[in-house]
Amino acid sequence: MAATAPPLPQKRRLDSSLSSWRWGDRIGFVACWAAGIGLCLIAAGIVLYMGFQGLKYLDATLLVTHPNVDTDQSKSGGFLDPIIGTVLLTLIGIAIATPIAVGTAVWLVEYGRPAWLARLVESGIEVVAGTPDIVIAIFGLALFQKGLFSWMSFSAAGGAVFGRSFLTAGAMMSLIALPMVFGATREGLQSIPAHVREASYALGKTRIATIRRVLLPAVKPNVSTGAALGMGRIAGDTAIVVVLLGATLRLQSEGGLPVLGTLRGTGSTLTSYVYNNSPAGEGAAPNRAYAAAFVLLLVVIALNFAVDGIARRGARYGLESTRLDRQ
Amino acid sequence: MLQRLRKPWPDQRAERTLGALASVVLVLIVLMIVFVASKAMPAFQHNGLSFFGSGGDVDRQIDAMVNTGAKPAPGDYTIGAWPLIYATLLTTALAVVGGLAFALLAAVFIVEFAPPSLRRVVVPVVRLLAAVPSVIYGLIGILVLVPLVNDHLISSGRKQSVQYVISLTGTGLLVAVVILVVMITPIMIAIIVDALYAVPKGWREGALALGVNRWRAMWTVSVRAARPAIIAAVVLACARALGEAIMLSMVSGSKGFAPNPIDGLTFIFEPLRPLAATIVEDADSINAPAMSATVYAFALLLLFSSLVLSLAGFLAKQPMKKYGIRV
Repeated sequence: MAATAPPLPQKRRLDSSLSSWRWGDRIGFVACWAAGIGLCLIAAGIVLYMGFQGLKYLDATLLVTHPNVDTDQSKSGGFLDPIIGTVLLTLIGIAIATPIAVGTAVWLVEYGRPAWLARLVESGIEVVAGTPDIVIAIFGLALFQKGLFSWMSFSAAGGAVFGRSFLTAGAMMSLIALPMVFGATREGLQSIPAHVREASYALGKTRIATIRRVLLPAVKPNVSTGAALGMGRIAGDTAIVVVLLGATLRLQSEGGLPVLGTLRGTGSTLTSYVYNNSPAGEGAAPNRAYAAAFVLLLVVIALNFAVDGIARRGARYGLESTRLDRQ
Repeated sequence: MLQRLRKPWPDQRAERTLGALASVVLVLIVLMIVFVASKAMPAFQHNGLSFFGSGGDVDRQIDAMVNTGAKPAPGDYTIGAWPLIYATLLTTALAVVGGLAFALLAAVFIVEFAPPSLRRVVVPVVRLLAAVPSVIYGLIGILVLVPLVNDHLISSGRKQSVQYVISLTGTGLLVAVVILVVMITPIMIAIIVDALYAVPKGWREGALALGVNRWRAMWTVSVRAARPAIIAAVVLACARALGEAIMLSMVSGSKGFAPNPIDGLTFIFEPLRPLAATIVEDADSINAPAMSATVYAFALLLLFSSLVLSLAGFLAKQPMKKYGIRV
């Protein structure tokens, strides 16, 4: 990064001659500083304000009590169920997304034949990344209301499939995480030098054996980075939860089986809890919304900055993995 | 022989399996288009091109659809979705124009002017702003900015002047665009910063050697060389802004009203509701066939625009590949 700045003596000379700049240039210079400082102030404002309001309204009992429907805020309970919902949905989504994304990235980098299919897949991922989450959600509703997928959710007496459950929402959430995991894995694979592969081939390994024994272990930090980013996206997404999870306040399981019942049932997450408790939703309990939003913000920040830890660990093993390091 | 048994998969089968996995994404995209288009068909059939027109009060038309029962008459599909489409275009265009200026200046700041210590702060800040869930932006908007605008920026005289048409409550174009700018700027900054770093150092150094100042070297050489990335950034930010549903449904005022620039300053306070927010709010009543067709028609519009934008972004990024940047 520092390489882009001119050498030091020259820099001093340029800075000291700021007074000799034309007015237009000076305005640009000042505007750049303003934009940079402004960004920091906005971020600090958001984090501090949410932290302040969150700590004011959050207490430990909220985290472990079930929510109730009640207009009185002292009786409406906590948000244990939304927290469980967020965790469940994130795990389901990333569990579906990771194998598909890693497989796709491996195929694209290591095989990539025929070339037209490779290019199509590559742009396909771009398309998925650019598709609004609300469109993915509503597509999921159309897809999972087909009789074929009746095992994933609850069906009414007349045979109409409800289409809303943790499984269906998780499946669509995986589409949100997929581009992040794919991108990170592809970056990692592309940064592995060709001689590593050649050494493996020279020992008589097949391509797939090379992939399994050499390449996949090497890109593990990248996959973790992508997965953490993807989990952050899933945990922060609201539209899919509102449309596809039913957004019932408590976890409502369908059928007798304990785990599968919950997965087939509906529930809520922290995001839909915040949405419903904001003045825009039905709940209108801003205190609860602030408290839950604070927890959500912590989760998302933790997931996004877990990435730094992973990248640093990868760097210790001698993998110049992440994009920012390459500059 | 033993060697052969230990090999888990023959190479060709592995290639085909991974290729099939990669094609899953393409199948999903095709399915998405087919499902959404087929569900949206009735709305377009019954309305024709007047679907895009502005006839009557769009909110009343949507409310009427909810009650049309299982076998709606052709007349029940009547809708003039122009206010919603216009709201989408208006918020997206304003946010992208505002965000582009902001992002460009911030990117130049990060690459050129920021002292290393400050750069170590700004880069994570950009990632943080990109990671904050949209529901938290919405919450801050509706609980902080909306009351602020309502109390201090809209005079009661202004409210009275339009009280027979709409009520101004603070939710509306201004708050929606401001928050949208904050949400899409980080995406643009990330792409533009990558591109600015990738501009060959010699080009800018050549300009500096000719005696221009740092701002001018940046602005006339690096930024100009990074134009394809700037276009890609704009395109991707457009896709994000188009599809933003939750935040806009919280702060836009949720009214099918087309703000009119002729109204002077009142224009920026007028409520509106973009397509994506409409889908979120009406997804619950999707069981009415007329409603379902209309909601899927909105989704099809969004899907189509995001497809076009993704492909445009993909094409815009191609020239950058010759500098070896993968954006």
